[in-house]
Amino acid sequence: MTKFEYAPAPESSAIVDIKSSYGLFVDGTFVDPVDGTSFKSVNPATEEVLADVAEAGAADVNRAVAAARTAYENTWSTMSGRDRGKYLFRIARLIQERSRELAVLESIDNGKPIRESRDVDVPLVASFFFYYAGWADKLQYAGAGPAPRPYGVAAQVIPWNFPLLMLSWKIAPALAAGNTVVLKPAETTPLTALLFAEICQQADLPPGVVNIITGAGDTGRMLVEHDDVDKVAFTGSTDVGKAIARSVAGTSKKATLELGGKAANVVFEDAALDQAVEGVVNGIFFNQGHVCCAGSRLLVQESVYDEVLDRLKRRVGTLRLGDPLDKNTDVGAINSAEQLARIRELSDVGETEGAERWSPACELPDRGYWFPPTLFTGVSQAHRIAREEIFGPVLSVLTFRTPAEAVEKANNTPYGLSAGVWTEKGSRILWMSQQLRAGVVWANTFNKFDPASPFGGYKESGYGREGGRHGLLSYLNTEEK
Amino acid sequence: MSERLAVKKTYKLAIGGKFPRSESGRSYQVADSAGEFLANAAWASRKDARDAVAAARKAFPGWSGATAYNRGQVLYRVAEVMEGRRAQFVDEVARGEGLARQRAEKAVDEAIDRWVWYAGWADKIAHVVGSSNSVAGPYFDFSVPEPTGVVAVLAPQRSSLLGLVSVLAPAVVSGNTVVLAASYERPLPAITLSEVLATSDVPGGVVNVLTGRVGDTAPALASHMDVNAIDLAGAAGDTEHAHELELAAAENLKRVVRAPGAEPDWTAEPGLERITAHLETKTVWHPVGI
Repeated sequence: MTKFEYAPAPESSAIVDIKSSYGLFVDGTFVDPVDGTSFKSVNPATEEVLADVAEAGAADVNRAVAAARTAYENTWSTMSGRDRGKYLFRIARLIQERSRELAVLESIDNGKPIRESRDVDVPLVASFFFYYAGWADKLQYAGAGPAPRPYGVAAQVIPWNFPLLMLSWKIAPALAAGNTVVLKPAETTPLTALLFAEICQQADLPPGVVNIITGAGDTGRMLVEHDDVDKVAFTGSTDVGKAIARSVAGTSKKATLELGGKAANVVFEDAALDQAVEGVVNGIFFNQGHVCCAGSRLLVQESVYDEVLDRLKRRVGTLRLGDPLDKNTDVGAINSAEQLARIRELSDVGETEGAERWSPACELPDRGYWFPPTLFTGVSQAHRIAREEIFGPVLSVLTFRTPAEAVEKANNTPYGLSAGVWTEKGSRILWMSQQLRAGVVWANTFNKFDPASPFGGYKESGYGREGGRHGLLSYLNTEEK
Repeated sequence: MSERLAVKKTYKLAIGGKFPRSESGRSYQVADSAGEFLANAAWASRKDARDAVAAARKAFPGWSGATAYNRGQVLYRVAEVMEGRRAQFVDEVARGEGLARQRAEKAVDEAIDRWVWYAGWADKIAHVVGSSNSVAGPYFDFSVPEPTGVVAVLAPQRSSLLGLVSVLAPAVVSGNTVVLAASYERPLPAITLSEVLATSDVPGGVVNVLTGRVGDTAPALASHMDVNAIDLAGAAGDTEHAHELELAAAENLKRVVRAPGAEPDWTAEPGLERITAHLETKTVWHPVGI
């Protein structure tokens, strides 16, 4: 059969107007940071500097929290739910209208394939605002009593893997419930949050309801520890999540923590193997594996191990790695040099500890941060690559004989964010979904998200839920006055 | 004829369905509200606390895996047996809390009724906090509550039975297993309740009761890596101690019910907060197709 080569199919970046520098979005306007420091945001696919971005210091954090407090007291908490909802509907529509611009900018700043930012991230962002917009005037039906109250000012810190999507998971429910927010995007991916700030302006959202401050870990820490913050929401690493849990201890602040994972994707011998392999590939190589709920441990029933591995390797061999803006790209760039170093380190440890490493023949671009899709076989439960979150395109393959053994191995982790099950037997799906100690179980599918569907972890994957009615409750105060 | 010599009771811990003494061999004197000697109670050590956690973990699969109907039945049976021990509870509450007989009776009745109220939630809580989720795609998607796991409960220091029931029942009804640190000065109702549980079809290890200094057992429980949640009700009013326990709990991200500034009025309507505090939400997706 003739083999057809792919022609380049680049998405134009002309639609995006990246400024040379960005200030902080405080009280409805862009302002310079008080002490004037900044950092650079880099395109991970080319290592080109995209923009200078303001680094918020203590004075800036104070200013942003004060703006959020004032907006909460004077505007947002006294506005009718109906009007709050209408602002959120406006924002949802603007996101749809500017979706191409948002998707291209997300791919440039983050390194993820345009296919994903265009078809997954941005449509979900709009849907989260739409979903929570509708809740704003229905809070009394949310199951938090007849007159639920917002907390006040929410401090929100989000990661770099789904910059805009995580922003929507945080801001939409917080605003619907009547809170105001100060949000800090990750230092490697601040640009779409700043574009979102422009959308807030376009929507005439009252000043101070949404404040966006940029910076690194110190900025986030100052924000979370600020005395005038009532609610903390964080998505990121388990280590930082624990530090936040310590910092809110002894205060009246409430926290929602969505942290790391080491999900098992369990394939039984009776599974539809092609679909299962597709799901396994999506589970670990979606977004370069920069996914907290990634299916990073594949558990295959021994009887089909050889067959699954053959099909898996064949499928991974067809993945196209390269320019994130090319519409045919499956695997984009690793988000930062730092993350690339971590993936390399843990993969090297995998080899040192005795697991066997495999990657398809795969040319990596000369510039930028890249890591090929990688499988490890012969992995034992004690190996670091089976225990630690790699947060990259690296899959550890383990085997099992009985369902009980699969459950035992799947649950043998301090994490509990997600899990996958592949089998054609209905009763086994339901049994497995009961046994797996994880907040999301995908059966015969993987990495599906929806604003109506609660998401969040068991154990050290954090607490609280985002999405659905449960996600709304994370921003409603049910305690008596 | 001489008066019959009473058989004095030895008060012990309850761990894994057994009634051991503290492994430390220590005990302490429990006095009534007037300072009169009531009993020698076991003074649990950190090792006892760890043993209790291991027992609770062992009991978790069976208890959480039981049907909700079955858990509701077993817990209702607890109320029946409590009713049979009503006089003993009234006596212990009256002497420990220094209440007049009538008020002690009221507190015990309320405690038994509250246990019945919680027992009934076993097969209803999922209606109230679970959901079917209308996602934008061909998927069946639902969310169900599941028990968090092993829960450490610091029982209220003052309300020795009503307060105790108000923190214990909401944890066990959904399928969690519990290590309970009883009130230091008023432990007898907790010990009696542990005997009630042992004779009510509640599997061993589902509720483990430690008596002794909360200052010994609570830090061991708060920092234990196999405890999933902690209710700090018993540290009410002790801000500093509660803060330390919450810091220790952060080490494995335990779900924490914070200590109130002062012990609340336990006669108030309880609401669902203490049930939901020890629940996880699990969301399951499956494609729809032919």
